[in-house]
Amino acid sequence: MTATETSQGAAPTTTRRLTTAKAMSEGIAQEMAANPEVFYLGEDVGAYGGIFGSTGGLLDQFGPQRVIDTPISETAFIGLAVGAATEGMRPIAELMFVDFMGVCLDQIYNHMAKIHYESGGNVKVPMVLTTAVGGGYSDAAQHSQCLWGLFAHLPGMKVVVPSTPYDAKGLMISAIRDDNPVVYMFHKGVMGLPWMAKNPRATDVVPEEAYEVPIGKARIARPGTDCTVVTISLSVHHATDVADRLAADGVADAEVIDLRSLVPLDRESIWESVARTGRLVVVDEDYLSFGMSGEVVATVTDRDPSVLRAPVQRVAVPDVPIPYARGLEHAVLPNAGRIEAAIRAVVGA
Amino acid sequence: MTLTSSPGSSSVVGAAEPDDTQRVAMYRQMVLIRTFEEALLRDYHADKSPVWDIGAGLIPGEMHLAAGQEPVAVGICDHLTTDDAVTATHRPHHLAIAHGMDLRKLAAEIFGRETGLGKGRGGHMHLFDPATHFSCSGIIAEGYPPALGQAFAFLRRGTDRIAVAVTGEGAANQGAFHETLNLAALWKLPVVFVVEDNDWGISVPRSASTSVPSNAERAAAYGMPGERVEDNAVEAVWQAAGRAVDRARNGGGPSLIEVHTLRLWGHFEGDAQGYRTDLEGIADRDPITTYEVSLRTAGVLDDAGVAAAKADALAAVDDAIAFAKDSPIPDPAQATAYAFTDTEVRA
Repeated sequence: MTATETSQGAAPTTTRRLTTAKAMSEGIAQEMAANPEVFYLGEDVGAYGGIFGSTGGLLDQFGPQRVIDTPISETAFIGLAVGAATEGMRPIAELMFVDFMGVCLDQIYNHMAKIHYESGGNVKVPMVLTTAVGGGYSDAAQHSQCLWGLFAHLPGMKVVVPSTPYDAKGLMISAIRDDNPVVYMFHKGVMGLPWMAKNPRATDVVPEEAYEVPIGKARIARPGTDCTVVTISLSVHHATDVADRLAADGVADAEVIDLRSLVPLDRESIWESVARTGRLVVVDEDYLSFGMSGEVVATVTDRDPSVLRAPVQRVAVPDVPIPYARGLEHAVLPNAGRIEAAIRAVVGA
Repeated sequence: MTLTSSPGSSSVVGAAEPDDTQRVAMYRQMVLIRTFEEALLRDYHADKSPVWDIGAGLIPGEMHLAAGQEPVAVGICDHLTTDDAVTATHRPHHLAIAHGMDLRKLAAEIFGRETGLGKGRGGHMHLFDPATHFSCSGIIAEGYPPALGQAFAFLRRGTDRIAVAVTGEGAANQGAFHETLNLAALWKLPVVFVVEDNDWGISVPRSASTSVPSNAERAAAYGMPGERVEDNAVEAVWQAAGRAVDRARNGGGPSLIEVHTLRLWGHFEGDAQGYRTDLEGIADRDPITTYEVSLRTAGVLDDAGVAAAKADALAAVDDAIAFAKDSPIPDPAQATAYAFTDTEVRA
């Protein structure tokens, strides 16, 4: 099993281009139209359309009975989603910023994620928890984190993190149809928002019909031979930009793997690529220690550390809160300069 | 019996008295619950000596028994069918049995067997029963929010099914309690919130934890009716619950009931209760004995009726415990099963 070697999982039937935000909300709308048990609830998801554009147009299409603005009571409304899911509905609950998990984590990791196991498989919790992640726009320590490593660490929930419009729609549809709780983490920087700096890949071709992107399957965002850069979310775009430039400059031909899901983690694709290139860089916008970057490295070394021809390079957020001042923030984020230095180090250039 | 209502109380419906058949049935149900927990008590302590090890024995782990709180469970669940949902706490057996859970599956889960409700993965604080829409949370007050979702689903499907969320008086100081009450009232969801005030949050008396004399008063803050039942008497609970259940079933939205009940035994088995200042004469406050006396006085129950209740309960409990003990122990190689419906977790 290897990662899909194209930027998209299926041939597009259209050249229509959408932002990631539009692609995400289109996926939600198509599933809501197909299944009356699907509903969306959260803060400012109605008339506002989601602070980061996740639910644009949904209120007009489905009305306030199915696109529901909640009080600022994350424990109550995420718990509501859990209970409705145990009765067979398919709720999508939005936690506006992942940083807010501190006020409601019990419903997420002790209830949403554990009921299926505790019930010996007798009670399913088919819900999606959507949440915005990431920094880069000076929102500082309490509104800029990624924290996907924490959700991936806690058992019982799938964790998906799309980086492209195509995956945003396909992973959303897969998440809604999944019988397990799925945490769907969208980086503000990939949504294509008009009020935030964005990568050109935040707008791309998206098929009009409903389609699934399989959960637990990585993709090769950029094929290469000299080293493997394993990453996720906005960092996929940064890494791809750097890899393109370094290849053009004749420095290195780096392969970039977009994990797309952390749970399940596509360990085979990581292994297959690193076994081929012998050199590994992990780029992670989450904190450095005890997280995704360490897990990716262990995926290789647990199997056979001798495939590594150079020490691994990890580019992640140092173990400090995300700073406010622009220069400080960009010093801790995995920016192009840090990624380039890591690739150069791992290939010895 | 003292019933006090908060200023938020609305019209009262369904406050009829239980008839004699119901009275006897409620008595028998309380006897069944007590008999079940007495059996657990025996087996729990039978193989934890001479050196106490909470994790040893046929029933390992913490054990929170509900003796003394049976009137709450029976007085409420008599108004429910198994299509209604009940969410309970770390102390759930009385509610599970009163709501009609299969005794064999309950016992087997407590004994950690493959035939248990959760195939031995959940344990006594984590009981999930699709057949009766029963669930628990071992986290204080956190069983309240999922009840919102069950009520939401029932309402959306156009049924008159309701959710009952039960917690203790200590939980009424948690944020989850207050968020849940607000949202239930705001969306007029069919929920009955119940607070079991047994005076003690483990070792902390209610007077040291709660700023109001009655949690029922807190209902007014959310614009819902609140009622405190001062007597730990099954018929008093039954009457208050009848009003709240009717209100929820008929589109009147949520209500809050607090029952001043009694924790007859420790917080958990092995709790020496050195902090208890109310143990003197506690046996005289046993609500099952009290109810038995009142039914005898009323001529509803006699020696034969009492003997039959106890014999029938013992037979049912013996059967359930025997089933549990005879059931297979889960295969340790299957410890990673059931994390997901479709995805294996590496060992």
